[in-house]
Amino acid sequence: MTSTQLIEPCVAATVVTPSPTADSEALADKYAGQTPFVSIQNVSKTFGDFTAVDNVSLDIYQSELFCLLGGSGCGKSTLLRMLAGFEEPSQGKILIDGVDMTGIPPWDRPVNMMFQSYALFPHMNVADNIAFGLKREGVPRDEVKERVAKMLELVQLGHLGKRKPDQLSGGQRQRVALARALIKRPKLLLLDEPLGALDRKLREETQFELINIQESLGVTFVVVTHDQEEAMTLASRIGVMDQGIIVQTDEPHDMYEFPSSRFVAEFIGSVNIFEGIVTEDERDSVRINSREAGCTLAVNHGISCAPHQHVHVALRPEKIRISHSHPDQQENCISGVIEEIAYMGSLSSFRVKLASGKEIRVTRPNTDRRMAERFTWEDKVFLFWDEDSSVVLTS
Amino acid sequence: MTDLTHPRLPDTDKDSPGWLQRKLQPLTKTRWGRFAVVALPLLWLAIFFFVPFMVVFKISLAETAIAIPPYTSLLDWDAEEGLLALSLNLGNYLFLLEDSFYIDAWLSSIKIAGISTFFTLLVAFPIAWLIARSHGSRRGLLLALVILPFWTSFLLRVYAWMGFLKKNGIVNEFLLSIGVIDQPLIMLQTDFAVYLGIVYTYLPFMVLPLYTALEKLDMTLFEAAEDLGCRPIQSFFLITLPLAIPGIVAGCVLVFIPAVGEFVIPSLLGGSDTLMIGRVLWDEFFLNRDWPMASAVAIVMLIVIVLPVMFIRNGKNNGEGAS
Repeated sequence: MTSTQLIEPCVAATVVTPSPTADSEALADKYAGQTPFVSIQNVSKTFGDFTAVDNVSLDIYQSELFCLLGGSGCGKSTLLRMLAGFEEPSQGKILIDGVDMTGIPPWDRPVNMMFQSYALFPHMNVADNIAFGLKREGVPRDEVKERVAKMLELVQLGHLGKRKPDQLSGGQRQRVALARALIKRPKLLLLDEPLGALDRKLREETQFELINIQESLGVTFVVVTHDQEEAMTLASRIGVMDQGIIVQTDEPHDMYEFPSSRFVAEFIGSVNIFEGIVTEDERDSVRINSREAGCTLAVNHGISCAPHQHVHVALRPEKIRISHSHPDQQENCISGVIEEIAYMGSLSSFRVKLASGKEIRVTRPNTDRRMAERFTWEDKVFLFWDEDSSVVLTS
Repeated sequence: MTDLTHPRLPDTDKDSPGWLQRKLQPLTKTRWGRFAVVALPLLWLAIFFFVPFMVVFKISLAETAIAIPPYTSLLDWDAEEGLLALSLNLGNYLFLLEDSFYIDAWLSSIKIAGISTFFTLLVAFPIAWLIARSHGSRRGLLLALVILPFWTSFLLRVYAWMGFLKKNGIVNEFLLSIGVIDQPLIMLQTDFAVYLGIVYTYLPFMVLPLYTALEKLDMTLFEAAEDLGCRPIQSFFLITLPLAIPGIVAGCVLVFIPAVGEFVIPSLLGGSDTLMIGRVLWDEFFLNRDWPMASAVAIVMLIVIVLPVMFIRNGKNNGEGAS
């Protein structure tokens, strides 16, 4: 990531339109004809002078698992709280299943939330915690009992109904919180950092369970998280937020492979970014002269731009190949010296310093056992990649 | 893994090498240390609570006499016959049960203390809630304001209430001037004034434990309750109140016990018909000079108050043990 921070942001010379990446087209296909289940329309939220959410418009469709991803203070939690009804939008409105939610208090919304701290009632046992929502609805006692038992089975806590929350492990508490939020069969379930308090191993198991439950119940999930890995595995669609606005909305794959801005490219995964000037702009490809890279960068897809335009080229570390000998390509080929090697078992990560002083991060999978031993510190190596490996960014 | 100098012991916790040391440690270090720490307060309680209590108990078994001190000795030494006589007079206790005056005084005390405790709780709860929900320096300021009255003498503050409540006092003057009433209200020397005095005086003892309990409550619990379909009023009864019970119990005990034995407030603010055991005690000691009778009243009062509190404490401990 260090390689990217040295570059100053550039100003686009000409007005450009985003390329037809997977961005909106695929989505339009997938949800064609559907009316959005949740429709956030020009919503802003201000606290005094601070604008937490800034004119956000977003559509979420039935049975989606939508992830709001962003750093702390980006406004994702505020947006979630507005969906739950704990905050009212300062401007704009939110429709859930076609109904305007303005002025509707949390207890009258068809929405339930799983809290980051779980917020289990400490004076009630697990079964009473789960039954809480149903009892408020006035559901007959027998039905409550039956539905609680079913829900306990669903989250695999059938034997722990009589325990108090403080007698449970973190993972068990998380399941109780999920069960409690699901028992009223909400149309929309909001999850605030659902896996945040779990350790890594448990998180991996739980996230697949969460997906299974979501798919089997068909409930629309909106998840807030700061963990991009969590967002990538959980979500059917991700919205990346920064400083109160949604920067990009896409499916995880497209978000990673075709980021629309430097912010998204750097926020999701790690990336090398080269600064350069467009020299040739053809229909299907673009050539960029980069002094930092010390070679011509060729990209065969991406963005419509004009010659002499100042752009950035984003290149993921795992897309780069590394070799001691010069490959048979002139473009997309640079040389440098290995400065640092991190062996991480399944893959090795190299930091390569170029002649221009720029440092490039390269990761290679250790596909055979001798892989890691082939390269060592101070080796002069060539880095090369394909024309469709990198992405041109104009913002 | 074979170590010849330290033959492997059976692999149980008890038999592992350090167990003897661990067993001895509490005896040598910790136990004496702990004892030293509690010895001082224990000694304090023994000298200033238990010994006087025994003295009072002793006096309660004596008979009243016109002497200094005004009661008979329990032990009587007859030097001529070499006879040491111990005379225990249970008459005081029997008289307490026979004379409905004392029982009425107890019941009346408990009633007045109970009602005042209830109203203190009603007044204190919103105050404690407000303090627990405010932030930073504001919270410190509010807490300081709750404790502030203690900086003035309790007696002065009760006298100040007399100034407020008397016939031509501030409250009556004000109500007359705005025309709400055309006759001054009789407030002083009524039970109302006693309730008011007790609520006012003991408010901090209720606010502080309540604050401690409410301050610990996680605000997201209320959001969770609202999210699950609870209106704020319901979430108060279903979430706030149950979780505040330790504070409510502590506050009520702190207010109820001293209120039962309260003497100054009923004497100054109450009327002649305000019957409270603290006043009876005072009258027995200083008007009737019947020390044994007064001592018996005090002993019974202690038992009447301490027993329920012990039940409450036991219940609380059991509750915690089960959870």
